[in-house]
Amino acid sequence: MSRTFRPYLLVTFAFLVLAVFVFIAIFAPWIAPHQVSDVVGGVWEAPSATALLGTDNLGRDLLSRIIWGARITLAVAALATLIAFVAGVSLGLLAAMKRGWVDQALSRGNDLLMAIPTLIFALVVLAVLPKNIVVLVFVMAALDATRVFRVSRAVAADIAVLDYVEVARMRGEGWGWIMLREILPNAAAPLLAEFGMRFAFAVLFLSTLSFLGLGIQPPVADWGSLVKENKDGLLFGIFAALIPGGAIVLLAISVNVIVDWILSRAARLRGELANG
Amino acid sequence: MTDKPVAASMNGDPAPRLRRPRSCGLVCMLVRRTLAGLVVLWAISALIFAGTQILPGDVATAMLGQQATPEAVAAIRKQLDLEAPPVMRYVSWLGGVLHGDLGQSTSNRQDIAASIAPRLSNTLMLAGLAAAISVPLALLLGAISARFAGSPADRTINVVTLGAISLPEFFAGYLLIAYFSVTLGWFPSGSTVSANMDLLSRLSAMALPTATLVIAVLGHMMRMTRAALLSVMSAPYIETAELKGLSPWRVIWKHALPNALSPIINVVALNMAYLVVGVVVVEVIFVYPGMGQYMVDHVAKRDVPVVQACGLIFAAVYILLNLIADLASVIANPRLRHPR
Repeated sequence: MSRTFRPYLLVTFAFLVLAVFVFIAIFAPWIAPHQVSDVVGGVWEAPSATALLGTDNLGRDLLSRIIWGARITLAVAALATLIAFVAGVSLGLLAAMKRGWVDQALSRGNDLLMAIPTLIFALVVLAVLPKNIVVLVFVMAALDATRVFRVSRAVAADIAVLDYVEVARMRGEGWGWIMLREILPNAAAPLLAEFGMRFAFAVLFLSTLSFLGLGIQPPVADWGSLVKENKDGLLFGIFAALIPGGAIVLLAISVNVIVDWILSRAARLRGELANG
Repeated sequence: MTDKPVAASMNGDPAPRLRRPRSCGLVCMLVRRTLAGLVVLWAISALIFAGTQILPGDVATAMLGQQATPEAVAAIRKQLDLEAPPVMRYVSWLGGVLHGDLGQSTSNRQDIAASIAPRLSNTLMLAGLAAAISVPLALLLGAISARFAGSPADRTINVVTLGAISLPEFFAGYLLIAYFSVTLGWFPSGSTVSANMDLLSRLSAMALPTATLVIAVLGHMMRMTRAALLSVMSAPYIETAELKGLSPWRVIWKHALPNALSPIINVVALNMAYLVVGVVVVEVIFVYPGMGQYMVDHVAKRDVPVVQACGLIFAAVYILLNLIADLASVIANPRLRHPR
């Protein structure tokens, strides 16, 4: 069937896109032709030799700004996801293992936080908190952690009742040891997929906040702010805003494709184990 | 209520577990879930209030900026009644909300309830229009996709909807503006609607925001419809229906759909809840005079009373829709009425 062929092509492409974006983000100072806030020409100029993608709303080189923006976008999204995972997974495993009132308190509190739509919660909190990157990362991480908690608790609850965990418990291992050495490694595949999904979500969420003017503040810019800065050009037939927007979409799709692939591979492995 | 001992004795269970939830009629379940929803709403009102009042950033300094003089800060604090203890302020705020008094905006001194009312109806109209288009479309596409599973049509729908899921609203919105409003000139790019517009021009102004919202929710609903139908389609009774010689559409419509309805209704209602949030971004893109735009504007101005009020209303609508999702799926699937 052609099924075996097409997904691999797509997955390879997705990995390639991700690798290119990460490369660009790391080596931005060497790749970008101009400094991030250098004015190189008039407002919204067409692509030329000095500005390969044209200029933005203040006459800055759009390509350079996208390259620098990759850095901010990826770094903030990755950092927020990472913090969300450390917090969410450790609390989730704890709740699944300890059960009882610890589980109840954590789960009910989490349900409450999840009952408010993410964006609305972020808007309410950002109305009061100072606008800087550290606050932004922690707000994103806190909101993401609720979703991570739910998934990791569900995954760990299934594992915590298996025989080898019981054996470890009988052996007298402490709960920290059981969490890290017995449950975590066996929950790795679904959690890895969840990490990818959360990362894609964080990229989109950050872009949305920046687009609304509440995320990354000027003069620094991520891809969402680039869309915001250049959106008015659209009405004059200048499509500069669509390029950073396209970058966001490309990144989100690539991560989603990779996640899909991880999940289906894990499912296939499980199927083979069950059949063999 | 009374059937519990009977059920226990019929099972012949010598020691019925005391904590077993009583099996409960539909009405009783509706009441119970609604009460739980109200409790959650109350807890959220407390959370929203706490989020804006007790967090380290002081509201007064936040409003005036870091360079504010101490006198100005003190004046604002007094004016907002910030000297009272938080619990007292929460009680008086909640009391006001329950009486329909959302307080006064700090940035322009207007009554919040009066400014929100027309915007709320605009927002609900936009979300409602998007729902009226996206739900039937998602069910239809999902059924087509399940009927022709594995065919090119199915794959095309699959790839297109996967792409649509990954499109953030603002990108989809600007793509639509770039094509339909700038290149073709069919629809206006901004959607300033007012009360005295006639229906046709109003609909034309709402066309692009509605389309953006439809794109945002269609993919997920359609994929879940397909998955729910396919999981039922592998059941033996479907095979029987096929072997009886029923037409494939009849099998889907009469045999598969009723049994797949519960998850489908659930995902539809969840997406409706998502619509209410997606509306925020879409309203900002199209400058549509709704609640979302109002809220984002006032977050930037650090107008805390407005943000609290909007946050509470959005959360209430969201919870209401989630509650409906819950109840509708219970009604569609009688098996869920007796939790084990």
